[in-house]
Amino acid sequence: MTMISETKRPRRGKIDGTFDTAIGWQSGTAQSFLARALPAALILFVFAGPIMTIIAGAFDLNPDPTRLTLWPTNPSLANFEVATNRGIWGYFFNSLLIAGLGLVLQIVVAVTAGYALARRKFVGQTVVLGIFLATMMLPEEVVAVPLAVVLGDLPLVGVNLRGTIFAIILPVAASAFSILVMAAFMRDIPEEIIEAAKIDGASEMRILVQIILPMCTPALGVVAIFGFNGIWDQYLLPIIAANRTADYTITVVLSSLRADVQVGQGVLLAGAFLALVPSLIVYLLLQNSLIRGITSGAVKG
Amino acid sequence: MSDLTGATRQSPAPSTPARARRGRPQSQWWTVWVFLMPALLLFLYFKFIPMFAGIEMSFQQVRPFLGNLWVGWDNYARVVTDPRFHSAISNTILLGVGQSVGAVLGGLLLALLLEGPSRVLWFIRTAAFLPVVTATAVVGEIWRIIFFPAPNGFLNSVIGLFGMGPLRYLEDPAIAIYSVMAVGIWQNAPYYMVIFLAGLAGVDRSLYEAAAIDGAKLRHRLLYVTLPALRPAMMIVMVLAAVRCLRVFTDVWVLTGGGPAGATEVWMTRIYSLGFERNQIGLAAAASILLLITSVVLTMLAVYLTRARRVK
Repeated sequence: MTMISETKRPRRGKIDGTFDTAIGWQSGTAQSFLARALPAALILFVFAGPIMTIIAGAFDLNPDPTRLTLWPTNPSLANFEVATNRGIWGYFFNSLLIAGLGLVLQIVVAVTAGYALARRKFVGQTVVLGIFLATMMLPEEVVAVPLAVVLGDLPLVGVNLRGTIFAIILPVAASAFSILVMAAFMRDIPEEIIEAAKIDGASEMRILVQIILPMCTPALGVVAIFGFNGIWDQYLLPIIAANRTADYTITVVLSSLRADVQVGQGVLLAGAFLALVPSLIVYLLLQNSLIRGITSGAVKG
Repeated sequence: MSDLTGATRQSPAPSTPARARRGRPQSQWWTVWVFLMPALLLFLYFKFIPMFAGIEMSFQQVRPFLGNLWVGWDNYARVVTDPRFHSAISNTILLGVGQSVGAVLGGLLLALLLEGPSRVLWFIRTAAFLPVVTATAVVGEIWRIIFFPAPNGFLNSVIGLFGMGPLRYLEDPAIAIYSVMAVGIWQNAPYYMVIFLAGLAGVDRSLYEAAAIDGAKLRHRLLYVTLPALRPAMMIVMVLAAVRCLRVFTDVWVLTGGGPAGATEVWMTRIYSLGFERNQIGLAAAASILLLITSVVLTMLAVYLTRARRVK
């Protein structure tokens, strides 16, 4: 597990520590340490503090709604007991199931489509690529209203997906970003490796699963963490896809937990804690891929 | 998936050396479509069909069980003349511009402060990134607590230290939108921090050295060396941030629901309440299509700017 690190910087000539950073801090000197300690502590307090208070509040018997604490003053699991009575685990598992299946599906789709785009030449390639690119311009929020109608009666096949898990996992599986990341990565795999496998008589599927896929782990990491975060953060789709509130995901249910006058803030925070933990775990496990994805997307343009 | 496994079975097993030695011809032109099929079907059903259905609905009065009525440009005319929609658009622009500029500048400041190789800085960078990976619904709940409107609420106690009066952040129509903006900046600044850190890492260190030899002060160094090096990244980040802000929904919905009295109502929350709460699906579709057109135009602008930079 590595922390957010900077990418390698070009080091030319002999460079004295003063010119290591834009502001000119020198690592290692006491003066520089003091100058940085205050802003750093402030940043930690502002950005990480509020997240930590969820954890503290969730385990606090009766957290004070007016105060943020980093440690529970009355440690207790009572909030989780009340939350359990409100069926919080059901919503939590809805979320896990949707994120898990949706992500697996998204990866399968991205790998197969990425492979076709990157390793094969075919008539209509530009059109297909254009279709995927175009959907990156099509914000999912914009199609929410018609999507709600379409989910109720899928054209041509006439299937009603609403109220089933497919109403959420099929739309989230269609990610142009994931396909393009996989295609870009697969394009860089040397042709010789694949030629050699073909000469050995390996089938297309075997080449993809046993040769290309193991070489694509960095790309898979990028797709996995962006995919998971994107699906876990879904708010609108679970509302429009569900027939009953029992189908809601944990992120959606937080607002009804807040509206429930019979539960206190501690119970709400217990729910928020459950909605937070999976994304924290995924982030800490895959953060390098996340950083790589963001920086390659933004800086290379 | 069954199609895919079927396709593999048709290809000869590795135990046919005679054919294998000649290499596999890329003649099975259809296998590529087998690989593309899952993606194309999903995009067709969940992106393109909804988009075309949306365009169709935007010209109709959608009446479940009664059959839709064709109303032509009527929905568009009603959306464009709706005063609530006007205020939603100006709120979207205010929120979008404020959030983008705030988050980008915040990200730049964070990157400058947290740049460096030390382990402590790694740790702080990692911790500062947490808001980005936290679900928006959770972020909303945290900030409702921070914004607790009583005089002893958290943020009110903090600003009380500076002698400022207690505010009713999300309940006061005059400042509610700025409160929502602050949350957006808080959540997105660390994202841009990472982009700028990568940009800063690419700045040639010898330029700093050369600037120092020429007697440049810190602010000169930032203005004439660091910022020009970051400008390409900055421009794209700004336009993309603006496009993203157009679609802001969850933050606003979780924090204020568009209230108080429509003070934070944005384009998407207006669409949501039209479409899902008042069942005015045709109107909501027309508003969605207008949002789509705006998004596409802005995205094209971003692409154009990216190209222009490459040519330079």
